[in-house]
Amino acid sequence: MGRIEATLKNVLLMREKSLIAYVMAGDPTLAATEEIVLEVDRAGADLIEIGVPFSDPIADGPTIQKAADRALKYNVSLRDILALVANLRKQTKVPLILMSYCNPIFAYGLPEFFKEARRVGVNALIVPDLPPEEAGGFLPLARRELIDMIFLVAPTTPDERLKKILKAGSGFVYYVPLTGVTGSKLSGKAEICERITHLKTHTDRPVVAGFGIASPEDAKDLGQAADGVIVGSALVKIIGTAAENPNYLSDLSAFVASLKGALKPAG
Amino acid sequence: MQLPNKKGRFGPYGGRYVAETLMPALQELEQVYQSLRRKSNFKKTLREHLHTYVGRPTSLYFAERLSTYLGGPKIYLKREDLCHTGAHKINNTIGQILLTKEMGKKRVIAETGAGQHGVAVATVAARAGLKCEVYMGTEDMARQALNVVRMRMLGAKVTGVDTGSCTLKDAISEALRDWTANVGDTHYILGSVLGPHPYPMMIRDFQSVIGLEARQQILRAEGRLPDLLIACVGGGSNAIGLFYPFLKEDSVRMVGVEAGGLGIDTGKHAARFATGSVGVLQGTMTFLLQDENGQINLTHSVSAGLDYAAVGPEHSYYRDNHRIDYASATDDEALAAFHVLAKTEGIIPALESSHALAHLAKVAPTMSKDQMIILNLSGRGDKDVNQVSTLMGLTGAITGGEV
Repeated sequence: MGRIEATLKNVLLMREKSLIAYVMAGDPTLAATEEIVLEVDRAGADLIEIGVPFSDPIADGPTIQKAADRALKYNVSLRDILALVANLRKQTKVPLILMSYCNPIFAYGLPEFFKEARRVGVNALIVPDLPPEEAGGFLPLARRELIDMIFLVAPTTPDERLKKILKAGSGFVYYVPLTGVTGSKLSGKAEICERITHLKTHTDRPVVAGFGIASPEDAKDLGQAADGVIVGSALVKIIGTAAENPNYLSDLSAFVASLKGALKPAG
Repeated sequence: MQLPNKKGRFGPYGGRYVAETLMPALQELEQVYQSLRRKSNFKKTLREHLHTYVGRPTSLYFAERLSTYLGGPKIYLKREDLCHTGAHKINNTIGQILLTKEMGKKRVIAETGAGQHGVAVATVAARAGLKCEVYMGTEDMARQALNVVRMRMLGAKVTGVDTGSCTLKDAISEALRDWTANVGDTHYILGSVLGPHPYPMMIRDFQSVIGLEARQQILRAEGRLPDLLIACVGGGSNAIGLFYPFLKEDSVRMVGVEAGGLGIDTGKHAARFATGSVGVLQGTMTFLLQDENGQINLTHSVSAGLDYAAVGPEHSYYRDNHRIDYASATDDEALAAFHVLAKTEGIIPALESSHALAHLAKVAPTMSKDQMIILNLSGRGDKDVNQVSTLMGLTGAITGGEV
């Protein structure tokens, strides 16, 4: 069992659910991202996902698209982001997950990327446009460098495909509770929880829900069934106010604390 | 060897790089297509629609004055500009709308660059009584305003996309996002041999009617196969449609013409094979215009339909094994060729097809009079009349006069 799965299971032992916070690297600047990650860590996030900006993010809604545009204005690259991780690793032990579309990784070079990712202390990788069918080149390298490959499961995924996805992945199972892009509106929470419960009968790995979770209420409701939740767009929205809001970092911190609070047992 | 293979690969190119939400829909589409394409009922219906509604077969026209003007081989034009709606795009949409009905989906979406594909989708959706939404970059909406009006008249909703370069690439991303959200009741009618498997294969198959007809027509007219085929390449659907049925004929050379924009060395172009490299964009692995960090470059072409950062994966495959040659033509060369065809043959070509004509003007004079060329005149230029007249006014580069 790797760092990711162990962390999620430890949180469960404390009768809590995990909070995974997503931030876009380089939004508004790389230096700010370093501060943001450390602040989000202090505020209670159990794991942190760092987005790699891409010019054509087909799985992302407008909030994260805009964040990527802000980051790309200064040409933030995967190389810069791995250097950022190296810096962060000197300051925190929080498990770090990179989320990147295929193309920046291909451009970097697959073997070089995995080697460097391990060296700087990346624990896992999520590639939203890489289904297991196309992951043949990634998986052996990820295994060799002890980096978990986390795959997504969608509401449209039939059980036959689920087996293939579970077999390819490690770390946790990323359940997308809606058909749509990041930041879409969540609906039908009871059915979502049923679906997550069903998913858990197929795997011993933690199941984490992400896409559309925007408030402590959402986190609490989905945390009933899931082992953790990922919150992205809602955090990125606060970070997006950085230019005009001098207190954005403390606003972010308070929001993260309220999300984590909703994932702890009542009383 | 059958291409693509089961995984949708043309050698190393192609594949299916999409979010999990879309994987089951792509598998369903592939399965429905594979089972229907062999059924005689489906083939018969498709043939009837192509004949009675699209107006196929389109003619293979001997362009005598153009041949004389260029002073080389006999030039034949495959007249896809005569298809209903004015371009080859409808060969594909008429096939995909049949699949949509078979899958029981109630709504279709599409991207469009020049607007020709959008019009072709709006047309077949109107005829099938299905809801239709077309995504179009706001810059393309401005330069192809006529087609925006046409789509709306046909009952389609046209949604402007103002992210990135505000052109075709961004329209495709937005259509993919819509599809991700509405995959249950919506089919995405992609317009070129791009995107995830099975689109490049399926769209090639639907467009191959161009080459199948051209082959019969040239044999009837000349008793032999042509020496050279020329077509423009944006995603590359009209080109592969013409080339595909000739691929096994070693004597037939083929050239795909990309958009050279303001010139290759200015960096403002859409010639993927000139300065591009391999990567993944919008579901497929192929040649792309990208920077060293894997970010997709902005492209430029006077022609909205060629203004795109990736090329169809099958073209990358035939580029590597040298079966098809690729060249480029600049904006200015295409505009000059536009006027030459209008004045020699009385045909106003689309700016996209004008790139193929520009290449023709370069190579025809180097060939001998007993040789033959078929050029795919993929669309007509009505949609470009405004843009071209504006450009003429601005630059004064294009003169009237006789040719």
